[in-house]
Amino acid sequence: MTLADRLHFAWDALHGFRMRTALMLLAMAIGVASVVLLTGLGEAARRYVMGEFSSLGTDLLVVLPGRSETVGGPPPLLGVTPRDLTLEDALALLRHPAIKRVAPLVIGSVPVSAAGRERESTVVGTTADFEPIRRIEIATGRFLPAGDPRRGRPLCVLGRTIEAELFGGASALGETLRLGDRRCRVIGVLGSTGRSLDVQLDELVLVPVSTAQALFDTPALFRVLVQARDRTLLERAREGILATVRARHDGEDDVTVITQDAMLATFDRILGTLTLAVGGIGAISLVVAGILIMNVMLVAVSQRTAEIGLLMALGAPPRQVLGLFLTEAGLLALGGALLGLAIGALGAALLGAFYPDLDFSAPAWAAPAALLLALGMGLLFGALPARHAARLDPVAALARR
Amino acid sequence: MLELAGIGRDFEVGEQTVHALRDVELNVAAGEYLSIMGPSGSGKSTLLNVIGLLDRPTRGRYCLDGTDVTVLDGAARAELRRDKVGFVFQFFHLVPRLTAAENVGLPLVLAGVEPDERRVRVARALERLDLVSRASHRPDQLSGGQRQRVAIARATIMEPRLLLADEPTGNLDRHSGHEVLELIEALHASGLTLLVVTHDPEIGRRAGRRIHVVDGRVEEQVP
Repeated sequence: MTLADRLHFAWDALHGFRMRTALMLLAMAIGVASVVLLTGLGEAARRYVMGEFSSLGTDLLVVLPGRSETVGGPPPLLGVTPRDLTLEDALALLRHPAIKRVAPLVIGSVPVSAAGRERESTVVGTTADFEPIRRIEIATGRFLPAGDPRRGRPLCVLGRTIEAELFGGASALGETLRLGDRRCRVIGVLGSTGRSLDVQLDELVLVPVSTAQALFDTPALFRVLVQARDRTLLERAREGILATVRARHDGEDDVTVITQDAMLATFDRILGTLTLAVGGIGAISLVVAGILIMNVMLVAVSQRTAEIGLLMALGAPPRQVLGLFLTEAGLLALGGALLGLAIGALGAALLGAFYPDLDFSAPAWAAPAALLLALGMGLLFGALPARHAARLDPVAALARR
Repeated sequence: MLELAGIGRDFEVGEQTVHALRDVELNVAAGEYLSIMGPSGSGKSTLLNVIGLLDRPTRGRYCLDGTDVTVLDGAARAELRRDKVGFVFQFFHLVPRLTAAENVGLPLVLAGVEPDERRVRVARALERLDLVSRASHRPDQLSGGQRQRVAIARATIMEPRLLLADEPTGNLDRHSGHEVLELIEALHASGLTLLVVTHDPEIGRRAGRRIHVVDGRVEEQVP
């Protein structure tokens, strides 16, 4: 029996029992669609988080004061350190050839007031280079001016929320703001930060680093953002940072350097595993569909006992009968899988219409994997009914009408 | 052509063993026309099934064209059945979802014959049995006589040497039955070995050799 004939025969049989064919196609389609949709959801989450992190810049290094003592452990967020990381340390880093920009950060919280309104706000002291490093958008005015960071002028840049709360819709540009016991002139307002994990950027007041140091009365930096000249130079920049700090801190390695890449890789791994896990949940529904195929095929075999007997009387060896029923199961699985892929794509498009920011398309491996899995399930669970058919006694089978 | 020696066939029914065939000795030469008669439950259908390789005897030796078929496995028996034996059943056994032409061509499909050759052979068979106008009808659109003619076309499409008919007229009216019988006998006249199982003595008398099966034993009636 040629392959074309076998397919044709199986097709006719499926066509002849429409209700059962439709039910099995539906079951298989739901299984495949759920694999495609669930992995699509996982991928959407992964892409979203990865997008957020790479918007921070993948050529960035973060220098924290204090050293993580155990390899691979989390860096101490507020590490107790024998020596402060100072503005001089940060500026010294700029002499390294692999380092392009440096933004020292001093962070604290003070009451902020203007025109009789007051609120507590986070104040960040930094330099002009913070703007290109964090890709900050300015809505109106300008960012902190370049110049000697040791001598900051009383200027500040506001986040949108702060501006709205203190100035109530009026433009803050040129107004004076009171930060603790100091006064600053507002020279700029931050624009939309777009999709950023750092949503509190809207609630910040940015001042020159030396102003913040004076405000909080500390020479210590909270951390230093370092931008390498190129992604490929990250490792050289890291070594340069460690060497520079060691030279300035009497040979002590008392800072920790994190790369965005390392964080990115960790998130990628975690979310990739998540995608696999939800895909696995979807695969369970494929197993359920497989069991349904087995059930319905068993019913089909007993319904078509006389036909099987006839095929045997006409000279079909058991293997051929087995092959015919397996072909039917395979066709069902394949047809259901294709239908499921279509439903999955439709579902992803529908979700995409509701959440236009996210891309719900499944990862490239999901469609072929679901297809193969569906076919595997069809054949695996089709095998038992097919064997049952192949082992029928032709005389007894023919006696059934 | 057929040599049966000491053939027995037992069935286990509950605790009991039923001897459907006992010590059957039968030789049939190529081109003979045999009728097998007997009351129902006598074992005549079992005999036909054993001869048609659908059933395996419990005991004895059965040679078909000189080959001992009792030692062959299922696949080899299926191949012999396909190439040498044609069956005509009382209840036609047509596949309901296939057209007349497709039912006739089914053995060719199972045997892997190329579609082009298949078309030619099916067309010839339909013509021979006067079914050309019914080629694309499904079995439920055919009369009983037409259905049995489709079944005969199917049974002969592989050009077997042996035609086994189990009550071929049992489900037909008198007129169609007669027609079908004449068709089968015409096939015998063209050289086929023909075995017809029937309980109708009138049909049984038409055969050249008459076999009676009673209680699993074969008795030959001398005319």
